[in-house]
Amino acid sequence: MQATHDQLLWMYHRMLLIREYEDTLAMVYFEGKLPPHIQKGLAFDIGAGTIPGEMHLSAGQEAAAAGVCVHLEQQDSVWGTHRAHHFAIAKGVNLDRMTAEIFGKVDGLCRGKGGHMHLYDTEVNFACNGIVGAGIPHAVGAALAAKLKGNGAVAIAEFGEGAANQGSFHESLNMASLWQLPVVFVCQDNNYGISVNKKTSTSVESNVERAAGYGMPGIRVAENDVVAMHAAAGEAIERARRGEGPTLIEMKVDRYYGHFQGDPEGYRPKGEVRALKQNDPIIRLEKQLIEQGVLNDEQVKQARASASDRVQTAIAFARASAYPDAAEARQHLFVE
Amino acid sequence: MSTTTPATEGRKLPFYMAMVEAIRQEMARDSSVFCLGEDVGQIGGVFQSTVGLHKEFGAERVRDTPISETAILGTALGAAAQGMRPIAELMFVDFVGVCYDQILNNISKTTYMSGGAVKLPLVITASTGGGICDAAQHSQTLHGLFARTPGIKVVVPSNPYDAKGLMTTAIRDDNPVVYLFHRGLLGLPVLNFIDAQFATEVPEEPYAIPFGEARIVREGSDVTIVAFAQMVHKARVAAAELEAQGISVEIIDPRTLVPLDMDSIERSLAKTGRLLVVDEDYLSFGVTGEIIARVAENLGRFQLRAAPRRLAIPDVNIPYSPALENQVIPQAACIVDAVQALMNNPL
Repeated sequence: MQATHDQLLWMYHRMLLIREYEDTLAMVYFEGKLPPHIQKGLAFDIGAGTIPGEMHLSAGQEAAAAGVCVHLEQQDSVWGTHRAHHFAIAKGVNLDRMTAEIFGKVDGLCRGKGGHMHLYDTEVNFACNGIVGAGIPHAVGAALAAKLKGNGAVAIAEFGEGAANQGSFHESLNMASLWQLPVVFVCQDNNYGISVNKKTSTSVESNVERAAGYGMPGIRVAENDVVAMHAAAGEAIERARRGEGPTLIEMKVDRYYGHFQGDPEGYRPKGEVRALKQNDPIIRLEKQLIEQGVLNDEQVKQARASASDRVQTAIAFARASAYPDAAEARQHLFVE
Repeated sequence: MSTTTPATEGRKLPFYMAMVEAIRQEMARDSSVFCLGEDVGQIGGVFQSTVGLHKEFGAERVRDTPISETAILGTALGAAAQGMRPIAELMFVDFVGVCYDQILNNISKTTYMSGGAVKLPLVITASTGGGICDAAQHSQTLHGLFARTPGIKVVVPSNPYDAKGLMTTAIRDDNPVVYLFHRGLLGLPVLNFIDAQFATEVPEEPYAIPFGEARIVREGSDVTIVAFAQMVHKARVAAAELEAQGISVEIIDPRTLVPLDMDSIERSLAKTGRLLVVDEDYLSFGVTGEIIARVAENLGRFQLRAAPRRLAIPDVNIPYSPALENQVIPQAACIVDAVQALMNNPL
């Protein structure tokens, strides 16, 4: 499947927006956290500051999200993980409300009750989840709903290579294949489950080998390349829409930041991130688009400025929003 | 508000058929209702909890699943979030151990974590209880485990009439509901092991019993017994024996643990002043302690005449041998003893 110019540009803009967002959050995250003041020797106070709590950033994984979501409609659903800003942005989640949620504010997607690992946007059918592997069967359920309703919707389970060792992954693949459900399993191999690398955790070289065990096709995208992901995801999503069942994709991606912001990353070889950035998926696409004459230097500059503006608007929205009223802590346990 | 047993006349149904009738009527009324679980399809459930539905509604809406509890509950969540109304069966409630993450961290938390944006209209059904020598992994009730998890409603019917009306309410509720049916109450020929009325009058037309409204099973003036599911029937046997001794027992069946109708319990206590809570779940950190704690918090509203008492599984696992199983599951004789102790030990 060949990407059109429009699709290439859409993916380029989304990837820029995701990268700008994550790089900005990486800095804003430390506001109010330094210097340490709760315990001597502690690097910083995780719960303090503008963005309280843990923060898992997805810079380096943009191509997976853009390459998948370029094929999706509003009614298609995405079920993500603790590290899901890239898919949220690619799926079109409201960036202002997403940022307000991450800041713990009342205008957030979840009125400040979910935080960055638990973003729910029913407008664009996006949800993410803090438990590794837990969201995979939710995508199976969404796909079953689509099949029972006959509405043609597709569900995407996006997760890391670490989640592919959870029972939920294996149960979900079996069930989805058994019932020929319109779901695509998108495994992003960033080589690390927190600190443990894939060689130490996983019995197969690529999780794609596991697809055969569940009677479904497996497609490996061996490079962090959005054009390759666009093709793989397009094929899998079309197959799902035709009623021919699920596909497992494993894509090589990179994790530029630590598991969480502030992670000392002692487990990582020195200079690894710098080396990975030599194959940065955004630079790769940008070069390609310039070579093909789809983009010129001025347009690149404009695109980057526009991504930056959009992120700054979202940050400003979140800063201006109020914290929820204390009474809200006891609300929303049940819907009326 | 509490209700007494309705005086219906005519058709009698056992518990399991009453429960299935509610599911059938809701499936006919609402195309988004569907069933999934191990063996729920072709054979209609190991405990006949979906019997006849596969034939009537087909394999798409009454779905046999692989033995994959995590995928069953996760699938129910995903489908419910997309507007369906799944009824997911766990067969034995003990199997919650293999999929607890989906309940503890997902089904119970999604609505709250989304600030009310996502609703999950789903029902989890499971059989509970001991009495058939199935030993420690197939005899628990565990309703307290669900009840102490914020974000799920918990239904524990004790008779066919309630089984139907509460199932209707559970399916129509827009929130996750755990509906627990006790194997000893189902009325299945192979499981008639306790002294209970297996078939009672059940109206044919659909009806819904609101959650959080206790049923006064039996009126009395000396002692209030709060009991659920199987224990309601053991309490009735005990109450008949106690009546012969001149002790008048009132039995309250709250029917749902979440929400819990404390008003009915307190109204009864205002009359009797003596409380016994009888439960088939574990004793410590559980339902009996919770009810007594809530009573203690409101002592100003009534005058207790004796220290409250409780009977439950005494913090051991359920043993296999019939000689042992009866020692840990409260029996009518223990209830009689406990009530006598309440009468003989005034404050």
